[in-house]
Order: sequence, then C-alpha cells, then structure tokens
Amino acid sequence: MKINTLGYSIKQGLKNIRRNLLFSLASVGTIVACLFLFGIFYSIVLNMENEIQSVEDSLTISVFFAEGTDENRIAQIGDELKAIKNIDTLNYISADKAWSSYVEDVYDGNEDYVHSVFGDDNPLVNSSSYEVTLKNIAKQEETVSQIEKIDNVRRVNSSDGTARSLNSLNRLVGYASMGVILILLLVSLFLISNTITIGISVRKEEIAIMKLIGAKDIFVRAPFLVEGVIIGLVGSLIPLGIIYFMYNSVIQYLTEHFTIVANMMHFVPVGQVFKGMAPIALLMGVGIGFFGSLITTHKHLRV
Amino acid sequence: MIVLDHVTMQYPTGTKALDDVTFHINKGEFVFIVGSSGSGKTTLIKLLLKEMNPTSGDISVEGKPYSKMKRKEIPMLRRKIGVVFQNFRLLKDRTVFENVAFAQQVVEKSMREIRREVPAMLTMVGLAERYKQYPKELSGGEQQRVALARAIVNRPDIILADEPTGNLDPKNSMEIMRLLEDINKRGTTVVVVTHNKEIVNLMQKRVITLKKGKIISDEEKGGYRDED
Repeated sequence: MKINTLGYSIKQGLKNIRRNLLFSLASVGTIVACLFLFGIFYSIVLNMENEIQSVEDSLTISVFFAEGTDENRIAQIGDELKAIKNIDTLNYISADKAWSSYVEDVYDGNEDYVHSVFGDDNPLVNSSSYEVTLKNIAKQEETVSQIEKIDNVRRVNSSDGTARSLNSLNRLVGYASMGVILILLLVSLFLISNTITIGISVRKEEIAIMKLIGAKDIFVRAPFLVEGVIIGLVGSLIPLGIIYFMYNSVIQYLTEHFTIVANMMHFVPVGQVFKGMAPIALLMGVGIGFFGSLITTHKHLRV
Repeated sequence: MIVLDHVTMQYPTGTKALDDVTFHINKGEFVFIVGSSGSGKTTLIKLLLKEMNPTSGDISVEGKPYSKMKRKEIPMLRRKIGVVFQNFRLLKDRTVFENVAFAQQVVEKSMREIRREVPAMLTMVGLAERYKQYPKELSGGEQQRVALARAIVNRPDIILADEPTGNLDPKNSMEIMRLLEDINKRGTTVVVVTHNKEIVNLMQKRVITLKKGKIISDEEKGGYRDED
C-alpha cells in the first residue's frame, strides 16, 4: 500500500468514527470494560503468584533417617536426594544443630533450665536431617513419595497446606477471570462488528462507486480496518491509564485499612505489573478491533 | 475489444434477462445499445463490469475472457472501463475537484498526478472554474459532466455510459453526447446504453437493439428501432 493510500485510509477511518460516534463510543466502552477487568484480574493473579512464590521459597521438607544410619550412608542419601529433579537446595542439619536450634527457638532465655534437665544429653540424637527446598511446590506430593522410597529414610515432614490453598485459590481467580474476559471479548467483537457494519451501510454508495472505478479489496477495506484498530487502541489505552494511576492508591488503601493485608501481602510494583499487562492489553484491544473489522469487511465488502 | 459470445443470463427467479447474445465491439468504436425496459440493458452493463457472471457463454475485453479471470483481477478490468450513470452517482459531501480526484485516489495515484490531471479533465468538460462547488450547486448537465470527468480521468480504454442523458434536458443531453464523441475521437471505445431515440437517431452510430434479452438488430450508422 502506498503512503498516499495509507494517509487516505487513516483519514477515512477517523471520518468513519466521527460519523458513527455513538456506536464507536459503545465499542470503545465495551473494550474498556473488558480490558479494565482484565487489568484488575491480572494484577490480583500476579500479586497472588508473587505471594505464593514467597511462601514456596520459605517452605522446606525435612528428611529424617532411620536409627543407626551412619555418616557415609547419610552422605549417600544426600546424593540420592540431589538426583531428584524437583529438589532445589539441600542442607544437612546435624543432631547437635537441631537440638541447639530447638533450644534457641523454644527456650529462648531459659537455656540454663534446659541444661539443668538434660545436661549434655541430646534428646534429638536421632534427629539429624536434610532440609530440602523444592523447585515446584505443586509437585511436592510426588517428590515426597520419591524421597520416602530411599533406603534408611525414616520420615519425611512436609507442610504443603498453605501453598496448596493459595495455588488453588489463584487458579480459581484465574479461571473465573478468563471466563468473564472471554464473554466480554465476544461482546466487544460483536459491538465492533456492528459498528463497522453501520459504517459500511453509511458509506454504501461511496463503496459501490469505489468498486466500479476499480478499487482493490484492500483499498475499500483499509479505512474500516483503521477504524477498528483505533477503537481497539483507545479502548485499551483508557483502562491501562486508569489502572496505572489507581494501582498505588488501591494498595495504599488496602494496607492502611486492612492490617491483615498489610501483614500478609508483598505487593508487586506497578512498573512490574505493567511490563506484562500493557503489551497483552494493547494486543488484545488492537486485536479485537482489527479482527472484528476484518471479519465484517470480509463478509460485506467483497469486490 | 469487447466480445460477447453466446451470453445467456438467467436469474434464480427463472427470468432470462439475456438470451444467447453475441456481438463484437472493435477498439475505438462508438456503439449505442438500445432497447425498452426489460430488454436486458442493465443486466448487460452488470455483466460487462463483472458485477455478476453469465449463466452460460463468455465475455472478453481486450482478449481476456471473464470466465478465466481471478477475483483479484476484477479491479484491473474495471480500471479499463470508465462508467457514467444516469443519476450521476457523485459523492454529495465532496467538491467537484474531490469527486474527480476520488477516482484517482481509488487507483492509488500520487497527489502530484491528481493535482495535474484533475484540472485538465475539468477543463475538458468545461467545469474548470467550478472545481470548488458541491454537486448540489450544479445543474444536472454539469453534474453529468463531472461524472464524465471522473470516468475518463484514469484514461480507460472503454467508456460505458448507462443512460447518460436519462435525467437531462435535450440541450444538456446533446452536450454530453458531444463530449462522448470527443472522447471517442481520441481513441476511447464508447458504449452508450440508452433509450433516448432522438440522440440515437441524430448521432448516426452503430446501434445494437435488444428486445427481451435477444439482439434483434445490429446496424452500422443505424437509428432507434421502436419495437414497442
């Protein structure tokens, strides 16, 4: 397409929007609603994922050995653990270290009392262990059963409740948002198609003349494609702008008014949220506009 | 130049608009196609512009059969044929200049070409002074002259005029016919579909007469055969 023609198409596309302002605004409005919801869900899911990640990072599995397992065997078990794909890090906790940590954690300030009761004995003499972190917490069960199969492993302690609930809640939010967004996308597509159809009927005579003069398909279609893309672009820029300016205020409000949120959540900065969200929202908006008008013009404007 | 070879056009309703029509128009000819309403003139125009395809038979322009033409080739065919309509079909929201320029924009001519060629065409049809005016500010004859300028601005090989004098008084009708004759003298093939008896009789050109979809006469320097 020549630059001259591109200029003509953009001019005509803008003219179409002006002529058909009410329908164009309705189309923009639906895309705004759709992408605004997308933005909200995206922010929620991203923040929850961030939270899950930090919970996952702090979760460990303790692997205890059968009574009488010697140091050589413990080292071998360490090698066997390293061979399991989902295991990220491995840290050996000797019985002495386990006992001193326990005393430190539980009897902080009363160490003398503990000493008076146990003397130099270590009640956790058989409690040396490996502390293991996982690459993927969702595969914890599978990994635990793999560890349990290793010889001389007496017990495996894992605490997967929190991560599992967070994961499933996040999945639920993800699926629900995908459903709502999909419905809104279809509504947007329908409205854009309607807007373009009306634009075509308004310019029916002009299009008929164009075709008889020898206009190529693309020349007739281009202004409508431009119209769709502009509607999609505006429809995606508005919610992105709103979310950008609202995000920090909402976080501030939540942390100020809900202490539980302030204690539990570590919010992702707006810049990081937009890194992923902005291109997706723009692509979705422009995509809906482009494909909505492409389908419509294909149906109505064959030369 | 233009060949119709045993062309039949039957609509899904069963109406046979054209029935085994065969004729040949040479390059540079001026031909009238006449007939009363229902004779198949409109169908013939639609077929020539490849707005629809015949039920049987074939049409070719400059040796290229329509039956072998791909969809994407249709715009190129239409660029060879400049069309003039009875009701002018000018864009009401555009000036005289813009209406003529529109034909050049559609075929993606540059602004430089548009600025050079549009005034030349308007001068040719005698409307150079009125380039800023809108169609509603012009008389019927002037509007048809703008339509003619739009049809010839891309220098097509053929001009196809569908009842070009249908909405005009005798004086304006003659002016339009003189312009068409002028265009023809410059080498463009002109096909005028009409039922304007006076004009046909006056011009003394080749006349093909259609009746109920069939050719009933094809005469060199003929007159209007009133079959009704």
